[in-house]
Amino acid sequence: MSAPTADISIQLARQEGWNRPPVIEPDGEGELLELAMGPHHPSTHGVFRMDVALDGERVVRLKPVFGYLHRNHEKIAESTSYLASMPYTDRLDYFCSLTNNWAYALAVEKLVGQEVPERAEYLRVILAEFTRIQNHASSIGFLLQEMGASGTPLMYAFREREKILDLFESLTGSRMMCNYMRFGGCRVDASPAWLDAARKVVAELPEFVDEFESFLRTNEILTARTQGMGILRPELAVNAGITGPMLRASGVNYDIRKVDRYGIYDRFKFRVPLGDHWDIYDRYMVRMLEMRESIGILEQALKDIPGGPVMDPKAKIRGFRPKPGEAYGRIEAPKGELGFYLISDGSPNPYRYRVRPPSLINLTVLEDMCLGHNVADVVLIFGSVDIVLGEVDR
Amino acid sequence: MLGEGILKGLAETARNFAGSFVSKERLTTVEYPEQRIPTAENARVFPFLVYDGTDWEAGLRCVACQICEKECPPKCIYIEKSKDKKPDYVGKMQIYPVRFDIDVSVCMSCQICVEVCPFEAIKMDTDFELSTTDRFGGLLHDRKQLARSNEYYHTIHPTEAAEVDGRLAEEKVKAEVKAKAAAEAAAAKAAAAAAAPPKPAEAAPPARPAETATAPKPAGGGE
Amino acid sequence: MLQQADQIFILLRNWIVGFLPAGWQTAAGVVLGVIGIVVVFPSLFAIAVLMERKGLGRMQNRLGPNRVGPFGVLQPIADAIKSLTKEDIVPLNADAVVHFLAPVYLVVVAFMGFAVLPVGRNMVLVDMDASLLFYFAMGASTEVSIFMAGWSSRNKYSLLGAMRAVAQMISYEVPLLMSSIVIVMMTGSLSLVKIVEAQNQYTWGLPHWYIFTPWGLAGFVMYAISATAETNRSPFDLPEGESELVAGYFTEYSGFKFALFFLGEYLGMLSISGLGTTLFLGGWSAPLAALNWVPSWIWFFSKVMLSIVVLIWVRGTLPRLRQDQLMNFAWKFVIPMTLLNLFVAALWRFMGDGWLRWVVCSSILISVYVVAGRTGMQREHFGPRSYRYAE
Repeated sequence: MSAPTADISIQLARQEGWNRPPVIEPDGEGELLELAMGPHHPSTHGVFRMDVALDGERVVRLKPVFGYLHRNHEKIAESTSYLASMPYTDRLDYFCSLTNNWAYALAVEKLVGQEVPERAEYLRVILAEFTRIQNHASSIGFLLQEMGASGTPLMYAFREREKILDLFESLTGSRMMCNYMRFGGCRVDASPAWLDAARKVVAELPEFVDEFESFLRTNEILTARTQGMGILRPELAVNAGITGPMLRASGVNYDIRKVDRYGIYDRFKFRVPLGDHWDIYDRYMVRMLEMRESIGILEQALKDIPGGPVMDPKAKIRGFRPKPGEAYGRIEAPKGELGFYLISDGSPNPYRYRVRPPSLINLTVLEDMCLGHNVADVVLIFGSVDIVLGEVDR
Repeated sequence: MLGEGILKGLAETARNFAGSFVSKERLTTVEYPEQRIPTAENARVFPFLVYDGTDWEAGLRCVACQICEKECPPKCIYIEKSKDKKPDYVGKMQIYPVRFDIDVSVCMSCQICVEVCPFEAIKMDTDFELSTTDRFGGLLHDRKQLARSNEYYHTIHPTEAAEVDGRLAEEKVKAEVKAKAAAEAAAAKAAAAAAAPPKPAEAAPPARPAETATAPKPAGGGE
Repeated sequence: MLQQADQIFILLRNWIVGFLPAGWQTAAGVVLGVIGIVVVFPSLFAIAVLMERKGLGRMQNRLGPNRVGPFGVLQPIADAIKSLTKEDIVPLNADAVVHFLAPVYLVVVAFMGFAVLPVGRNMVLVDMDASLLFYFAMGASTEVSIFMAGWSSRNKYSLLGAMRAVAQMISYEVPLLMSSIVIVMMTGSLSLVKIVEAQNQYTWGLPHWYIFTPWGLAGFVMYAISATAETNRSPFDLPEGESELVAGYFTEYSGFKFALFFLGEYLGMLSISGLGTTLFLGGWSAPLAALNWVPSWIWFFSKVMLSIVVLIWVRGTLPRLRQDQLMNFAWKFVIPMTLLNLFVAALWRFMGDGWLRWVVCSSILISVYVVAGRTGMQREHFGPRSYRYAE
């Protein structure tokens, strides 16, 4: 397992001469230092362990170990009704509960062939883009925190995130565990006051994004530590099933909002940023540029939102028994492609309920990206994958 | 790339430092528990049972239909039905819950119980300071701890409570109209029957009109 | 009257010593001086710790500690009590003697450095002819204690941290010394007292501090960088990198020994700031001739605290550099610049008085810095990038 991937990154380093310390093959004498980073660790984004083998400071082998947060989400879903699984989906990727809700609602709506009214679709898009913005802002803040900036930029990102979370609270009742989407629409309607508050928040966002971007662009220490590190080749990314900003930073143009055009995304004009250097810096810049695109989508959606009901009047809340069948619904979550695969056998509970977690699948290439780097870089590369343990372990 | 990024970063930090003394935006600390952030109106923390009037036992809206118990995802509600009945807000005799326990340590504040309740009996509270030193039963709230008056509901969720009150008043009016119409129909029928020769098994039970009048509104799709 | 305020501690010492028989007087004077140092600098440490926590908090849009005492002023006392009452855990496999000695050694050596700093006019504990040399000897010894700590803990993390720390401190010793050598060259003496006296002259009311000359400014910048690296402060604090190695070489320390490490680190910061003010900022001399009525020790301590404030400010802003980048920076950039600085200082002396030497020296330093910086960044392909979009 380690031999072929080690070759790839060694060849890569020799060919391109990126900002990487010269790779030294382990010389056979001298032991490898085996270190377990985590699960109690200030910077592993949750309870996650990496067993690394070091030769001096160079990583020779890396094995991710997870499962510390496994909560039997899929098994619980088999014994509860479809509606009752919705609050559990909030807790998968606990930063982005609204996109989780949407993915699940999409899967169930595909299963039964349910229609969604237009206003509900607009509300879903608005909330999903707000979620994307706050997730990317926090992720960039965490990068700077891990690099030792003592959390100052993280506090700025969280200040903006608080405004968005306050919006969520006044609409859905809860800041993070929103439980807002239903099969056939959204739970409650947004009042005009809420829409005005949302427009105000969106008006203040571009300035914050500019401030944040100037941090990334001009800080020399940051560029020295992230450019040329953790390279992920596009072929490897596509073969490993990577999705989301990681894939786009490796130059592959694949955004599910453009490919599937679920919801009403085909009505909005937005671009998809791509990276050319495939390193950590690109991943963060792609996230930053996606934040700008999300602001554009929000402005369009808040301008065009129509009136009407937010819930399909024919939708059933209680006594929901879909006909036997299967469906796979997927969306572009901030972390990647979040998919729900449901098999129904006609009873109120699903027969099989499977979550395709983007964080877990993006982690499969962690070793390939980390070989040959220092321990300090491993932490940064791991941060650039942007995982949430709730999703990895479900 | 000559160090001006570092200097810009230093300037930014200095701006935040100086600003933290003067502007509210640069110092976002709220010193809990002396200062508190006002809760949003829609905030949901844990459920409570609504009662009308002053006597919590008599005015409790819950009729122990056990729908919330079935729909609750982590199954934290425990209901026991009563053997006798008491009248509800339109006067119809309903059973009531003898035991209604919510295990607050299990509840995940998802609000599904509120959505599916057909009787507007359970609503979400905003009080989160519920920590207790009793490790074993302190977080299992029983009926008495959960009951709060309708006035309290108005103070924490004014718009929602006003809406609910409006709906319940409508229902009451509709029920009364129906009861009157049914009573008139029964009186007309009785008069017609008295005029006609008396038939055996005549007894149209007088309770029947009242029963059809108070059909509780089925939950249907959302509010 | 002002003269007395300036010399108040000397007069106090002489008065106390006057009560003792003649044979004991010098020894008693020295002991009193030591007591003075041992009292003053740890209280400065307490103030510095409090300033750091409150200052970092304000920079991060939050309040620092404010529950213990008004505005959190008694927080250092609370911290001291906490560290004294915590259980002292020594790992079973650790080398107990070395484990115990490491923090003690660090504190002792850190205190020794204060003996030669001229805190005010006539206020230096020991006036040696080669006091700068003595100071650097003591400063280099702190590295030994760090390695002792890392080695004795028998813990892979601590060992990694200690090795990194020692490598970093050794590589930054050289620029530290080299930037001080310029001062020695221009003053002609290794004695810190003479260096301060040389700066205590005024032209048109402005002082002759070395920082106001081109080579002095460049030397000060490089001294500041090396001092930050010597004391393992951000952005050079990879050895105690909290997000990577938990606490590096003092992972295994708890309770009072941890407090001693903390004390040692801050004492190191204070003494290196003290040396920096002595060498570059004029020590105890006032910034303007008109302000000479303020006691000299007040100037010294305010300059030291100002340097601490700048250190805290830098810590709150900059992310960490990686280990090999740190060392690259030291050996490939800072040391050549210090050598260039020596050359420029010699040129300064050679050209004699006048405005020409200002222009020539400044332009040499600035142009070399710009050229070196540009080429360095370009070689590594760093810099802002542009991104393409797909529709």
